[in-house]
Order: sequence, then structure tokens, then C-alpha cells
Amino acid sequence: MSSNLEQELKNRLNSKPILLMTHLVLGYPSLAVNREVIRQMAANGVDCIELQIPFSEPIADGPVILKASQESLKNGISVEECFTFGQEMAAHYPAVRFLFMTYYNIVFKYGEEAFLRRTKDIGFCGTIVPDLPPEEGQTYLATSKALGLAPVQFFTPTSSEERMREVAAQGAGFVYCVARRGVTGQQTTFDDNLDHYLARCRRATDLPLAVGFGISNRADVALLVGKADMAVIGTATIKLVDAQGPEAVGPFIAGL
Amino acid sequence: MKKGYYGQWGGAFIPEVLQATFADLNRAYEAARADASFWQEYVELMGNYSCRPTPLTYAENLTRHLGGAKIYIKREDLNHTGAHKANNVMGQGLLVRRMGKKRVIAETGAGQHGVATATMAARFGLSCTIYMGEEDVARQRPNVFWMEKLGATVVPVTDGSRTLKDAMNEAFRDWVSSMDDTHYVIGTVCGPHPFPEMVAWFQSIIGIEAHRQILAQHGRMPDRVYACVGGGSNAMGIFQGFLDEPGVELIGVEAGGLGIDTGKHASRMVEGSGATPGVAQGYKTRFLQSAEGQMLDTHSIAAGLDYVGVSPILADLGEKGRVRFASATDREVIEALSLAMRTEGLIPAMESSHAFVQAIKEAPTMRQDQAIIINMSGRGDKDIFTIAHAFDDPSWKEFIVKRAEAYR
Repeated sequence: MSSNLEQELKNRLNSKPILLMTHLVLGYPSLAVNREVIRQMAANGVDCIELQIPFSEPIADGPVILKASQESLKNGISVEECFTFGQEMAAHYPAVRFLFMTYYNIVFKYGEEAFLRRTKDIGFCGTIVPDLPPEEGQTYLATSKALGLAPVQFFTPTSSEERMREVAAQGAGFVYCVARRGVTGQQTTFDDNLDHYLARCRRATDLPLAVGFGISNRADVALLVGKADMAVIGTATIKLVDAQGPEAVGPFIAGL
Repeated sequence: MKKGYYGQWGGAFIPEVLQATFADLNRAYEAARADASFWQEYVELMGNYSCRPTPLTYAENLTRHLGGAKIYIKREDLNHTGAHKANNVMGQGLLVRRMGKKRVIAETGAGQHGVATATMAARFGLSCTIYMGEEDVARQRPNVFWMEKLGATVVPVTDGSRTLKDAMNEAFRDWVSSMDDTHYVIGTVCGPHPFPEMVAWFQSIIGIEAHRQILAQHGRMPDRVYACVGGGSNAMGIFQGFLDEPGVELIGVEAGGLGIDTGKHASRMVEGSGATPGVAQGYKTRFLQSAEGQMLDTHSIAAGLDYVGVSPILADLGEKGRVRFASATDREVIEALSLAMRTEGLIPAMESSHAFVQAIKEAPTMRQDQAIIINMSGRGDKDIFTIAHAFDDPSWKEFIVKRAEAYR
């Protein structure tokens, strides 16, 4: 099924060799800093931004995002604030495609349909829920599609081609290709195996391929040109903001 | 019904990277389950290595003291490593051997499951890493000592509330990169399918024995069976022996902590606990969580019951009314433990003492020709530091101070 997001990304690929998606943990270190970071990301032409709504048990995330989520929760971030902030960002930066990333319990407690409807209403284009495999997410997938939202699915190095085809058929927007095993933020060595893996991913779907987990510099991004459609910058910007403040984000993104 | 579901509870909410690992695990588990020789090998191993079948002890003095139903005690404390946890880890160890994996990882709260897993790993020649909350590492030094001496690596977890649930998250994080040669030995009837069903299967050995033993000793089925419920593995173990006997009432006893109304407890099933449906740690059950779905801190005097979730199988049995739930406060637990020690010379673990609390409350209200079973899931004497602390024992404290001085 083709969604608005899929078409939009494909259009952008006509004029750029590779797209960029960045990631933030909402409320870390604060919504004010998030706001500044997003401003700089948008100014430097980021295509998609995933905003992570913190959850107390983030099993797919490594130490950096885990700590950020905990800090944010300790400072009292709420799901309601995440929606309000997301709405403000989507209105401010119409050229950027925004998605929520979170764990299923956050969606479940809000009410699956209510969560997705609100996500659509505030101008977001999809959701990324790493602990909701398609087997458990049938109503989530159906509701997302009915609303025109992209329920982004995952490929991993352990996925068989059969599994990839099965998963891709249920997703929309793009496929999030996890470049290596493990949790977010670990270093990836890009080698021939990655080429192999991305070729397998490409064969399994027509959806744009976003490659994430561990990309941190220009060379990493350049390596993906021609093999994938979108590079995902996750923990690298969180570490950068921690070390050098939000003003370092603009030059970093521009340098990719 | 969908596989891995018990009513509306259960499921397998796992990241895509573990999909293939779970497919392999499901295949290995189902093959073992279909193979009668696997169970036979398991029973023989437990007989030869872990004192099975464990006795069903008639508690004559406690029965007389309370003046009601006859009290029988299922002695899971007599397992090697001192608790029913051995049943599950040895079963999973046999499965790991079949799958050809070389390394096991586990989460542990107080350390019982960690020690049991380290023991199994030593016995089966597997390398072993145990994740344990930093706070628990500090509180439970004796168990850390044993795990290390048994050859395991103990990794203190510094995230979240630094307790059991955080150790479980960290074990998952290890597994998503190490799954080719590593099996995650989940310690209870929780987590994604097939863990609840598989762990319940290994623990069913308790109920199978107890069913036979009560018939031999009492001549008929018991009227009630009591078990403490943290994750719920010892309860599922003994309950399975009686689920098909409609006349047997099953009672799960949760950690009431300082009292349900104080909010400082770890009860998920009793009225007023505040637990609500949720999805975390790979499965759907009743969790102690905020309205927005963030998990809350829990409290219990017994570390083994100090957990936010509960077995999806028990959530379903509770909802259907097949299992009745009660809770016991920290204070009541200490009293029950004292009574068991003085009347029967038994030293139940703090966890198991929760089951004693409810049985002690109810036995006097029953007739003398009725019978009840208490599942004594573990022994308390190995937890001397924790129990002596809970008793606030002056001579023990003096001993520790002197010993500490000697080590200076």
C-alpha cells in the first residue's frame, strides 16, 4: 500500500541522493532545548524527525536513549505535553515529516485509536513502535492505514527474506532497516555485509529504506548512497547536545 | 484463541530482531514437549540432582495450634539451591543443550534465580552472565558471592529503579545482540510467549507430585491450596496439579508490603491494588503503572515478590475466578515465619511466608476433616542476612559489627 509519506520521500529522492532522519527524546534535556535542536535540524534540511515519547522500560534502546528517557521522565514529561509540543513543531516546520517513536504501552494506555487519531490530527505522518510486531499489531496497522498514517516496520540482519516481505507488506511509509544487532547507539562497522544486507532489504520491498543504529558521521552517510534511501541519525545528536549544546546541531547536520 | 494468549493476557511483544530467535525457541520447546523422553530425562535429572520428589509434610503441630483444617506443606525448599527456581532452570538447561547454545543469561532480583541459573550453567558447562539491579547487588551480597563462585559474571544494572524489572530489560538488551549462541533463562511465568507456558510446564512437576501425595496421605483432594505470587512460577507450578479439580480452591497470595492502602506494595491482583492492564517486558498483563503507562516502584519485604507485573496465566485465572487472590503485609509475614519456625521447625523463605499468612488466617475457620496445602516455595535460612535484618535481631547485629571490625 502506498501512503502519503512513501510518495513524499520518493519525490524528495528525485532531487537528493539520500534523505536524513533525526531523532530526539522528548523532554531531554528539556522541551526548550528540543525546540532549539529541531529548529536547527529543520534549517539544515532534515527530511524526517522521530520524536520519542519516553517510556520507563525501553528494552530496544541502549544506554544513551535509556538515560535520556529516564531523565525526561524524572523531570515529569507527560504524553499530553509530547502531543502539544509535537503539534507546535509540525505547524512550525511543514517541510519536515514528523513521526512519533515510542513503546506500545504508551499507545495502549492512551487508547490505540485515540493515540493514532491524535497523532494524525496534530499533523504527524506515522509512528514507530519497536515492541509491536505485526502479529500483535493488527488493529494498530489497520487503524494507522485507515487514518493515512505510516506504521513503520523493521528489517533486521536476522530477518529472512520471507519475513522481510511479510513485514513490509504490512507496513507503510518506509522500512526501518536496523543495520546491526543489539540496541540503539552501539557502533556499527559498515562493510560488505551491510551491502549484502541492504541488497536483501531492497529485494524485499519497494518502500524506501531507512538505515539506522550507530550512524554518526559524514562517511557513514556517504557509504549508504545508492544502497539506502534515508540515513537515521539517532544517538549521535543526543551525545552532541550533551557535550556541546544545541547550537552544535546545525553545523553537525549540515556536515552530513 | 491466539497462541500464547490466556484470555486477553500474554502475547509476544518482541522487537523484530528477536523474531527469528523466538521462532527457534518455540520450535525447540514444542519438540521437547512432544517428546516423552524429554520429560522423563527432566524428572530423572531432578531426582538425581535436586531431591525430587520433594516431600509433602503434614504439619501436625501447626494444625493443632490453629485448630481447623489439616495443613500439609509442599517442601520446595528442599530443592538444590533452596527453592522451586531449580525446576525451571534445570528444565531450560536441558532445552539449551538440545538447541546447542553455549551461553545463558538471566535476570535476578534477590538473587535466587541468578544462583539457580549459575548452578545450572556450571552443571551443564555453559558460560553465564547474570543481570542484577545495582541496589539488589548491594543488598544481596551472599547471593552475588555464590554466583561468582559458581563461575557466573554478575553485571550490576544501574538504570531505572535498579531492581528486578531493570535487570530483565538489561538481559533483553544483551540478548538482542547475542542470540546466536545465547539463551535467556527467564526466571518466572512472565515475559513473551513461550516463556509463561514453558516455565509453567517445568514447574508443573510440583503440582503433579502434590496431587499424588495428598491422595496418598489424606485420601482425597485438599480443599484449598495456597501459594505466594510474585511473577507466579511456584503458584502456577502447584496450581496445575489441581486446576482440573473443581472442588479445590486455589489461593494466590501477593505482597501487601506496608499495606495496600499505603501504595507501598507489590500486589497486582487483589482489590484496590491499583494495577491496570498494560504491555511491557514483552507481554500483556496487569501492571502497577501510572495512568500514562509508566511503571511504578514496588515494595515488598520479600525481594522475590517485588515486581510490577504478574503471570498472564494467573491474570486470566484470576479474572475467571478460578484463582482467588489475597495479600499479606510485611508485618504479617514476619509473624507467620516465626510461627512456622516455632511450631514445625520449618524456615520458609520470606516469599513463601506470604502463603503461610493467608493459610494461617483461614485454617481455623475450616473443619478438622478438611485439608489445605501450602506451597513452601523456598527456604529462609539461606537468606539469613535479610531475615535477621527483618527481625531486627540485636545479637545478630552485634555479630556483624564485630565481624566487620575484624575485617577492617
